[in-house]
Amino acid sequence: MTTQFFGERILRNEDPQLLTGNALFVDDVHLPNMAHAAFVRSVYAHAKIKSIDVSAALQREGVIAVFTAADMGDYWQPCPLVVPPPPIKDLKFNERTQLPLVKDKVRHVGEAIAVIIAESRYIAEDAIADVYVDYEPLPVVMDLEKALKPDAPLLFEELKDNVAAHVIQQKGDYATAKTKAAVVVKKKFFYDRGVAAAMENRGIVAQWDRRAQQMTVWDTTQAPIPIRNGLAARLGLSAHQVRVVAPYLGGGFGPKVMMLYPEEVVLPWAAIKVNRPVKWIEDRQENFFATSHERFQTHTSEIALASDGKILGVRDVFLHDSGAYDPYGLTVPINSQCTLLGPYLVPNYYSEFTAVFTNRTIVTPYRGAGRQHGVFVMERLLDMGARELGIDRAEIRKRNFIPPDQFPHNHEIIYQDFAPLTYDSGNYAPALEKAKKMIGYDSFPAEQKRARAEGKHLGLGIVSYVEGTGIGPYEGARVTIGTNGKVSVVTGVGTQGQGHFTSFAQIVADQIGVDVRDISVVTGDTAEFHWGAGTFASRGAVVAGNACYAAGQMVRSKILKLAGEVLEAPESDLEIADGKVTVKGQPDSSITLGDLAGRANPMRGAVKPGTKPGLEATAYFGPSSGTTASGVHAMILEVDPETMLVKINKYVVVHDCGKMINPMIVEGQVHGGVAQGIGNAFYEQLFYDDNGQLLNASFMDYLLPTANDVPHIDIGHEETLSPLNPMGVKGVGEAGAIPVGALFAQAIEDALEHKVEILEIPLSPNRLFELMEKQ
Amino acid sequence: MTDLISISFKVNGVQYKKDVEPRMLLSDFLRHELDLTGTHVGCEHGVCGSCTILMDGEAVRSCLIFAAQADGCELTTVEGLAQGDKLHPLQEAFREAHGLQCGYCTPGFLMTLIPFLKENPNPNEAEIRDALSGNLCRCTGYQNIVKAVELGAKKMKG
Repeated sequence: MTTQFFGERILRNEDPQLLTGNALFVDDVHLPNMAHAAFVRSVYAHAKIKSIDVSAALQREGVIAVFTAADMGDYWQPCPLVVPPPPIKDLKFNERTQLPLVKDKVRHVGEAIAVIIAESRYIAEDAIADVYVDYEPLPVVMDLEKALKPDAPLLFEELKDNVAAHVIQQKGDYATAKTKAAVVVKKKFFYDRGVAAAMENRGIVAQWDRRAQQMTVWDTTQAPIPIRNGLAARLGLSAHQVRVVAPYLGGGFGPKVMMLYPEEVVLPWAAIKVNRPVKWIEDRQENFFATSHERFQTHTSEIALASDGKILGVRDVFLHDSGAYDPYGLTVPINSQCTLLGPYLVPNYYSEFTAVFTNRTIVTPYRGAGRQHGVFVMERLLDMGARELGIDRAEIRKRNFIPPDQFPHNHEIIYQDFAPLTYDSGNYAPALEKAKKMIGYDSFPAEQKRARAEGKHLGLGIVSYVEGTGIGPYEGARVTIGTNGKVSVVTGVGTQGQGHFTSFAQIVADQIGVDVRDISVVTGDTAEFHWGAGTFASRGAVVAGNACYAAGQMVRSKILKLAGEVLEAPESDLEIADGKVTVKGQPDSSITLGDLAGRANPMRGAVKPGTKPGLEATAYFGPSSGTTASGVHAMILEVDPETMLVKINKYVVVHDCGKMINPMIVEGQVHGGVAQGIGNAFYEQLFYDDNGQLLNASFMDYLLPTANDVPHIDIGHEETLSPLNPMGVKGVGEAGAIPVGALFAQAIEDALEHKVEILEIPLSPNRLFELMEKQ
Repeated sequence: MTDLISISFKVNGVQYKKDVEPRMLLSDFLRHELDLTGTHVGCEHGVCGSCTILMDGEAVRSCLIFAAQADGCELTTVEGLAQGDKLHPLQEAFREAHGLQCGYCTPGFLMTLIPFLKENPNPNEAEIRDALSGNLCRCTGYQNIVKAVELGAKKMKG
């Protein structure tokens, strides 16, 4: 069957609505009699709460109610554990999840203590100052190493320490491998925190219709189905009584899949209590405290290399900053642990981490979800090993790539999807060669020399990575042909800008011979589809996409079967195109899909046993493991030796995500990921003082890259199909963001003639200046 | 409760007269009083540009202006760009160049670009990037927005 839409740069179905300002975002929901919520949040990073006095707030005109934990009765339960720890031998995990409203003790600045419901957002926020919380400040735990000392203040007194988890994964025998090494590189690395900073902050509107006994929640979530399930359980309702709608979202990137946030638990309950719809919209400053962060880890790492640069083994011991609770389990550090192996053969590996509770906002996945750290460590170690051995840095990577005939490649350690880390397919050397060509790798040394003679400091970086994508558990899709010939595709995942309304339509369009523009895709509404997980971990195209593919195929068979009966022709003689079925060679013998759909749902004549009415099918796709995408980033930058400001002259990405559904959308994902990677590497940093106070909770001082900071990105595609799904696709959502830190470190060292050794992210002009002075 | 004040101004050619609190932000007024929800709020401290609208033809941050300050002015929001079903050439350009992903920052970019392209109908890439540098986008990496502006400039010249 030839494809007309799959693989094409189809313009997006959703754009006209977004461009005209007519797309519904959560804060656009206006309901009659709607009240507004604001949260009283902790101003201390660590403190006991002695009492909460809300009386002054209740006096304020326009305040409807003020609730604390004490008001919630039995409804007050810790929020759920989203991801349990994987089945790893001797794993230690202390489950501590966040609370709807704090009762006794706050553990990070910004933790929610009380909620104010008022006639307007303005009055609700005014009333925050009316609430008096009597705190007893406690010493603060910020530093990871200090947190583990025997005399450290404890976040959870019932635990004897601040250990959230301890995990060891290993294969082979590193200690013995090390004895055979020509070179051992040993370093300590730091990779600091950041925020996703989607342009849209979080928000929730909860509406309880007591006559219909129906709870409707609009939520900026990436995973409406699990939210619906969690809320129904908590509220003691049936699943069908709770509808969660994730409309258009202004960016997700991971923190919006964290669930259940305290606000998600409180708002529906409050809506029932005050018997009015209630809206809460996070403001930007609040987002810095109340929405999850990612990143901070410190690694003590070593690599043992043979004289030809081949990796004999790696040993990596790291501390992972969990923040004040660990509801998302160990996804982030396990990703670091696994993704460190990269596209390389690593015969011996010892990896040990301790996740630590600290008095900071919780850490949950943000685009890359811990892979950045693993890649940073491995790429830096290889760079340093290459220098010591006198081997070219691209060459050392090439020598260690898993060869294309060694797939599927089982790394023997457990991945975030609870299955052994197995790369399904890959072919890494061609991407490296292409990237070298695109960046001008061979001609660069001469260019660098010329530039240096003019006083310009140019540097080149080239790094390689893998990205585990498309993990389970599963997603589903339902394809329906309407009697007017229009098609609907419904799936349970949400959409935050990655073009599902188009890419999923493209998949189905080819199956059933209908133009993409005549296919309406529904995502993110639990009333429309009941089973699924959500959009995260670069899995939408692979998992939901393949469910759409399977459902499309099923509808195609139904079309052919019924059309064969109606047109009295064998199925092999039929073709479907342009919304109708025609007998080959007999253009007058045809029926439109709309008419056929009508015939499939007759008023008279029963649906035969074992069949279903209509031209409709629902299918699910549940991969047993994820599929491994990969890529190479290369960059030429210039460092000003006086200001230490950086200018990127050239940026290349060669990536391999198997078959591409829509190359235009894929490239957009890479552009956006690189921009966030650049922010992470050089512009974005959270500054905390010793009291756990975040000093730069605004865009004035937390620097997001602008159009002047993100360069033009040249993209090359390689295509190594995944054997794990019929479409051969792999995910690509996080590819742009993952290796950028390592890339900056390498390129800047090159530009500064290795006068600095870079072991940390983020960098900045200030930091480079400090490092130059120190070293 | 403070006294309300009476304000009157035009938005997208339509005259409005309302009583508002003096401290009501123009962004909130447009979005919640007039149900013109195309203008988005990203930071409320004037950095991200998502709230950009035109006030007497100039691009302004509606999150940093009180509704009362717009009294007597003519405002244009993103809802005023398309003519019925027909997209403005700049909007078409954004679609063709894949200059938007989640679309949240997009109205702010469009409104920033309208006066920019009026003054600079033929901008080069550096000028475009500079003009865009007051608007933050977290999805696109700006590359396709630049392409959209180049394409839009061409379309607008007819």
